[in-house]
Amino acid sequence: MTTSTRTVAIFGGVYNNYLSLEATLEDARDAGADAIYCLGDMGGFGPYPDRVFPYLRDTSDVFVMQGNYDQSIGNRLEDCGCGYTDPRDNHFAQISYDYTFEHTSETHKDWLAELPEKFERQWAGLNVRMAHGSPRTINEFLWESTSPDPFLDRMLDECGADLLFVTHTGIPWRRELPSGRWVVNVGAIGRPPNDGTTKVDYFLAHIDDDVEIERRRVDYDHERLAGEVREVGLPEEFAETLETGWWTTCTGSMPAKERAQGPY
Amino acid sequence: MATDLKFEYLREKALSREIPDDAPAPTLELDSLDTLWLQVTGTLCNLACLHCFISCGPKNDSHDMMELSTVDDALEWARDYGVKEYYFTGGEPFMHPEIKTMIRRTLDQGPLSILTNGLLIDDEMAGWLADTFESSRYSLDLRVSLDGTTPEENDALRGRGTFEKIITSIERLWDHGINPVVTVTTQHAGAGGEAKRREFFEFVRSRGIDKPRLKFLSPFKIGREERRDRGYEDHERLVEGDLGDTGGEHLQCSSCRMVTSEGVFPCPILIEEEDARMGDTLEDGMESIDLDHPACYTCHVDGVTCTT
Ligand code: SF4
Ligand code: SF4
Ligand SMILES: [Fe+2]
Repeated sequence: MTTSTRTVAIFGGVYNNYLSLEATLEDARDAGADAIYCLGDMGGFGPYPDRVFPYLRDTSDVFVMQGNYDQSIGNRLEDCGCGYTDPRDNHFAQISYDYTFEHTSETHKDWLAELPEKFERQWAGLNVRMAHGSPRTINEFLWESTSPDPFLDRMLDECGADLLFVTHTGIPWRRELPSGRWVVNVGAIGRPPNDGTTKVDYFLAHIDDDVEIERRRVDYDHERLAGEVREVGLPEEFAETLETGWWTTCTGSMPAKERAQGPY
Repeated sequence: MATDLKFEYLREKALSREIPDDAPAPTLELDSLDTLWLQVTGTLCNLACLHCFISCGPKNDSHDMMELSTVDDALEWARDYGVKEYYFTGGEPFMHPEIKTMIRRTLDQGPLSILTNGLLIDDEMAGWLADTFESSRYSLDLRVSLDGTTPEENDALRGRGTFEKIITSIERLWDHGINPVVTVTTQHAGAGGEAKRREFFEFVRSRGIDKPRLKFLSPFKIGREERRDRGYEDHERLVEGDLGDTGGEHLQCSSCRMVTSEGVFPCPILIEEEDARMGDTLEDGMESIDLDHPACYTCHVDGVTCTT
């Protein structure tokens, strides 16, 4: 390793989970990250929405992008625009949206409305692009099983990137395309990736002559957060996801392949 | 939901406007070819549902089955272009003798949804589909059509005895490890409403499928459906300016094309309409289209998309 090596961190999908946010930032800084990118969706299933902002605002090493949830909350819209077809999904999505909306203070809403929608960087001579859903649409889902190689190649061509980071789906994956370029979905730190564990995910990029991508799994006090979900009167289903690692709600947008991994 | 509100608003606006007889239809560019439809069995079907918007049936041969080589050509072009997802339709796709080969080749390059009435999916096929789903990199969806929560409702449209057969196929797929998307055309009074939707979810759940997946589709008043219900009124067509600020990005034809044995069409809906044919190959389908058909009106005001 040369002295020019630097490390950066990329995460998304906070979903009001200020405890996993704190743990993620600590893990990233301990790992030597000198820049930390948050790809958006501050609100969601968790309690006390205002608690995430002190970690993200006016922090010199943290760069924050707008997700669809932030766009909705920031612009004072009626719902998160997730567009679920299952009435059950809609029901839960609306509960968490209404709760988040009501408990996010006005100054934070204004801040969310003003966030940038993309980041572009150059690392080791590679063009790096970061987006919330996809480079072209804030709420496009890039799931592993529904994002074919040729399609991703076209998307990278269109935005001139060699390395793309996205979030929005909540389940992490990464792929080297036959063209040698990379796409990384960083998943979410706000809830576990529907795999029966309670850990959450983010990624580190080690930049040297090349860029090396590392998936990190973070432990945090999920029991405390589940307790607070109950304390503020949010649905039991949200607490259960944190405790069991299985998604209990809003599974309708998942492709069949991803959905078959979990019990719901 | 906000999207429902938006379409209510579009419908009202469309009804209240005045349009001159010679007002031209809007033109729509293809933004990006994300969704490729392949009408693998043409208009050939083992049912002849009363509401079928392309009048499919055992005797309709206006579009033949696609040759495997035609499918291969479309797939090759789509791979070079970078298509995101694939759909098989018909007619009834499982009537094609080479359906398995077509499924395998398509799944090799992207996610696939198959629109079926389910009747031909026997145990052997369900098992094969489940294995294929399990082992492929990309996702596979089966979309099975059902038009009621009772035999009376469903069989009136899809034919006598079909209700039980469809349910049996859905259960069979589920038992083999595939969770099909149950597709409902919102034909009956109230089927588009929240209460009826909930009833469908509960019904599917009651048949042992505890993670129901449903899709509700507005009917198109063309094909056999035109004769069953009624055709379009004069004001039910799109003219320049109707699409508003957002342009046509909510229309599926801004990101899809349909390939059949007869060539390329803008979408799965217009394949039997004169003038809709765009050419022989997908390349010909990259052109913009005129939204001059009344069905375009349904797409616009009801926010219809055929994708899952
Ligand atoms: S609606 Fe579907 S199953 Fe019925 S006739 Fe048409 S293509 Fe066949
Ligand atoms: S019928 Fe609908 S999808 Fe087809 S061309 Fe008209 S607007 Fe587009
Ligand atoms: Fe999002």
